[in-house]
Amino acid sequence: MTSLDRKLLRDLIHYRGQAIAVALVVLCGLSAFVTMHNTFQSLVVSQSAYYSEYRFAEVFAQLKRAPESLTSSIAAIPGVTALQTRIVFEVILDVPGLKEPATGRLVSIPGSGKPLLNDLALRQGRTIEPGRRNEVIISEAFAQANQLKPGNTLGAIINGRWEHLLIVGVALSPEYVIEIPSGTILPDSKRFGVLWMSREAMGPAFQMKGAFNDLSLTLAPGTQEAEVIARLDRVLEPYGGLGAYGRSDQLSNRFLSDEIAQNRVSGMIVPSIFLGVAVFLIHIVLSRLIILQRNQIALLKAFGYSSSAIGFHYLKFALVVIFAGSLPGTVLGLWLGSLIAEIYQQFYRFPVFYSRIRPDLLVLVIFISFAAAGLGALLSVRKAVSLPPAEAMRPEPPARFRPGLIERIGLQRFISPALRMIIRNLGRNRAKAGFTLLGIAFAVAILLVGRYSFDSVEYLIRVQFETIQREDAMLIFNHPVGSGARYDTTRLPGVRSVESFRLVPARLRFEHRSRRIGIQGISPTGRLRQLLDKDLRPVNLPSEGLVLTKQLADSLQVRPGYLLSVEVLEGKRPVLTIPVAGIIDELLGISAYMDLRSLNKHMHEGPAVSGAFLTVDPLQEPDFFTKIKKVPAVAGVAFRKHMVQGFRDTIAQSMYISTFVLIIFASVIAFGLVYNSARISLSERGHEMASLRVLGFTEQEIARILLGEQAFLTLTALPVGLIIGYYFCWLMSKALETELYRFPLVLTGKSVIYSLGVTVLAAFISGLFVRRRLKHLDLIAVLKTRE
Amino acid sequence: MKNPKAVFHIHGVTKFYQVGEVEVRALNGVDLDLFEGEFAVLLGPSGSGKSTLLNILGGLDVPTAGEVFYFDHNLSRYDDKELTRFRREHVGFVFQFYNLIPSLTALENVALVAEIAENPMEPAEALNLVDLGDRLHHFPAQLSGGEQQRIAIARAIVKRPDVLLCDEPTGALDITTGIRVLEALQQVNEQLGTTTAVITHNAAIASMADRVIRISSGRIIDLQQNLTKASPKDLSW
Repeated sequence: MTSLDRKLLRDLIHYRGQAIAVALVVLCGLSAFVTMHNTFQSLVVSQSAYYSEYRFAEVFAQLKRAPESLTSSIAAIPGVTALQTRIVFEVILDVPGLKEPATGRLVSIPGSGKPLLNDLALRQGRTIEPGRRNEVIISEAFAQANQLKPGNTLGAIINGRWEHLLIVGVALSPEYVIEIPSGTILPDSKRFGVLWMSREAMGPAFQMKGAFNDLSLTLAPGTQEAEVIARLDRVLEPYGGLGAYGRSDQLSNRFLSDEIAQNRVSGMIVPSIFLGVAVFLIHIVLSRLIILQRNQIALLKAFGYSSSAIGFHYLKFALVVIFAGSLPGTVLGLWLGSLIAEIYQQFYRFPVFYSRIRPDLLVLVIFISFAAAGLGALLSVRKAVSLPPAEAMRPEPPARFRPGLIERIGLQRFISPALRMIIRNLGRNRAKAGFTLLGIAFAVAILLVGRYSFDSVEYLIRVQFETIQREDAMLIFNHPVGSGARYDTTRLPGVRSVESFRLVPARLRFEHRSRRIGIQGISPTGRLRQLLDKDLRPVNLPSEGLVLTKQLADSLQVRPGYLLSVEVLEGKRPVLTIPVAGIIDELLGISAYMDLRSLNKHMHEGPAVSGAFLTVDPLQEPDFFTKIKKVPAVAGVAFRKHMVQGFRDTIAQSMYISTFVLIIFASVIAFGLVYNSARISLSERGHEMASLRVLGFTEQEIARILLGEQAFLTLTALPVGLIIGYYFCWLMSKALETELYRFPLVLTGKSVIYSLGVTVLAAFISGLFVRRRLKHLDLIAVLKTRE
Repeated sequence: MKNPKAVFHIHGVTKFYQVGEVEVRALNGVDLDLFEGEFAVLLGPSGSGKSTLLNILGGLDVPTAGEVFYFDHNLSRYDDKELTRFRREHVGFVFQFYNLIPSLTALENVALVAEIAENPMEPAEALNLVDLGDRLHHFPAQLSGGEQQRIAIARAIVKRPDVLLCDEPTGALDITTGIRVLEALQQVNEQLGTTTAVITHNAAIASMADRVIRISSGRIIDLQQNLTKASPKDLSW
């Protein structure tokens, strides 16, 4: 070890407090990067591996019923490489141990051999044996949520008959990486599951022998997907085709792709903030070190050390600190990444979740942080080595203060000397003060963003599930039925009120833009579905015309008064022209509403309904559940409180973890900044503080002057942080806004207080650390020397 | 001086320092009284222990052995808090390197101390006493060394201290500005009657004192009462 390296080591030990604070910031930045990037990469890699290995289809279509012989004309569409027809039906399930009914989506698989497309990854048990009628394989999320294993049975009404289904296996499918019941867009693993059953068993049971109602395709590379979809729609139209769509509209894939896109954004922003703060801290710590060591630098130069040797010596200080932060940062990041991967595994189901980080990118980021730190170091070192030795050996000229704004406008007499010292010191070091302030403000902002996730989810639940959707349960009938069903529904135990609705699958078209959607016909006098405008004011449903949610109207680029072409995708498939009558706001999905009677009239049908919203007496709920499980006419049922609970369960857990991590990270930033800035003030002004102590100032009083500066910076940073944080939240709400979810920009007072509180606490604790050092000021030594 | 009252009475004061592995005996059994209103000069070469003695008198340091009485308070028994209060209430300090707060103007540097004193004079009045009434709003960096030292004197006396302790107040100054600083000290001593102790290794200053205390190797080797005090402007070195 050279003598210079020995000096480096001792400098590091001497400045360990500050070095650790900087290293911690680097650690947080790198672990944030590794965690988030790892998550992002893992999702990308796992998704693509899963899709290709299990032959996830590229185009999907549902229809009423088509004969198997139609496949030859579908296979003839140019670009189609493989196709798989299936039978898919939703049924009510009686799950052991679950009071309320669940909904099962029965999906056919070949009686023997693997499905050509959308293959299953068997996780437990076995596949279905040929000829066994009632065997099913169930989805893993559903199995785990209900503690079901191979050997258990489920009760189900299959086409009007009560059946026992024997679970023989548990599996995953690329089609259901996330399982979302139809009619909602929230996962609820306990009450919704996918069940795979043999085609041979399903055909006769659903009167679909030799027929299919679901189709998946893969395409040759380079094929125009839109072209195939258009041709496919034409082929399927006579068979009740509901409109084909590509992967981008496939719900599970959509969720997953949105999640990946969000991870990509957040994986860049947060680490950038940390690395920026780290570079700034290294710069101020090193500048101070170099000022204190001016004499030594001059001496080294006098001895004949070259400027570059001295420069490299200080650069190494920065590199050691960065290295000390980046190594554990990477390890911590990998560990956090695996933790997050576990959470993702409960939400997104993959047969293999590849935890992967691109080593080249990791090396790049570490290199960038080293380079940035080097830059921070070089800026400080250059000044020192450029001085001629004789000049550098003289002490630094005294701090220059000149009358500033406060003096010019004569404000000084209203301000105490201690406060004047604080203000003038900040004024003299504007850049440093500005960066420190900005850094602390970022800490506030990061915390606020963390809280925003909670607030917006709570807001979303409140608006969507309390104000808009007010029913206790929603029933979906097997087929549109007459209004007599309303009275049957009323007779179910505990039902207090019933509001029927009609759901008509349709393609809304305006100019060249079109969207597939279910038009909901509801009663304008109903109380269980409340339409709202963007300020949450109730909107009355007009007796004519369509009311669209804003996202739908935007995607079609229509305004009230525009005429939409509505291609109905069921029954006689009329093509209607209906005006847009209004725009409303909802936070989940996209919807189109219409007066039920008007919709019936347009469909040339009697008072037909597709389902009903119910309110149920809580005391009679168990009876209601028992009864509803056995009503053959009901294809599905969704309970509002279970939807909310399922939503909370899945989303809350990952949010708690990420918020916890954000708190730690933000505290580290606040701590690192305040601690370093106070330590440097102490170093710069130790002389001054000791003089004051000699003059009779108490420790308390000088602490107030020294830490007052940090307190001033922290307090000023708070409102700035709230503004930045608010802007970040706005960015987040935009970045997270998808057609599936919208997270409105809401922040509660509690969140604001919390963000400010955590920052102030972190700053306060770092202040205490520095405060302790004031006890050890050497009063006599300080007066002997001139700085 | 008739029947003067002792402000400080020290007896058998000894101070050891541990410098690295070596024990340095800075003071070795010093007995001394300082009287009310007197202008004393403690003269000695560097390393003689005079600064240590001043620090002990000013409550910046405590003796290893012996007793220090300020009137009838035993400072050698004081803890850090009590010493801080003692400095705050009774002692004015002037240092070789002024030790002004660079971020405060002349007036504010003085006011800083006035604010924590019980019965201070007006800061501007203190600055007038040292002939700096026209420099109230200048920052230290805008003033010469002599002017800075006079601000330091004004800062020391603004609280009307009982004693004014000066450690090489002219050590960093040239003769002309040094004399102006000494004039200021003399003026304070005469007009306010503040007991003043100046330590210096500059023998020329001794002739303006009431009493000269010579220190060498941690002991007082000579006490000399000046019958006639020289005026600072007649000094030369």
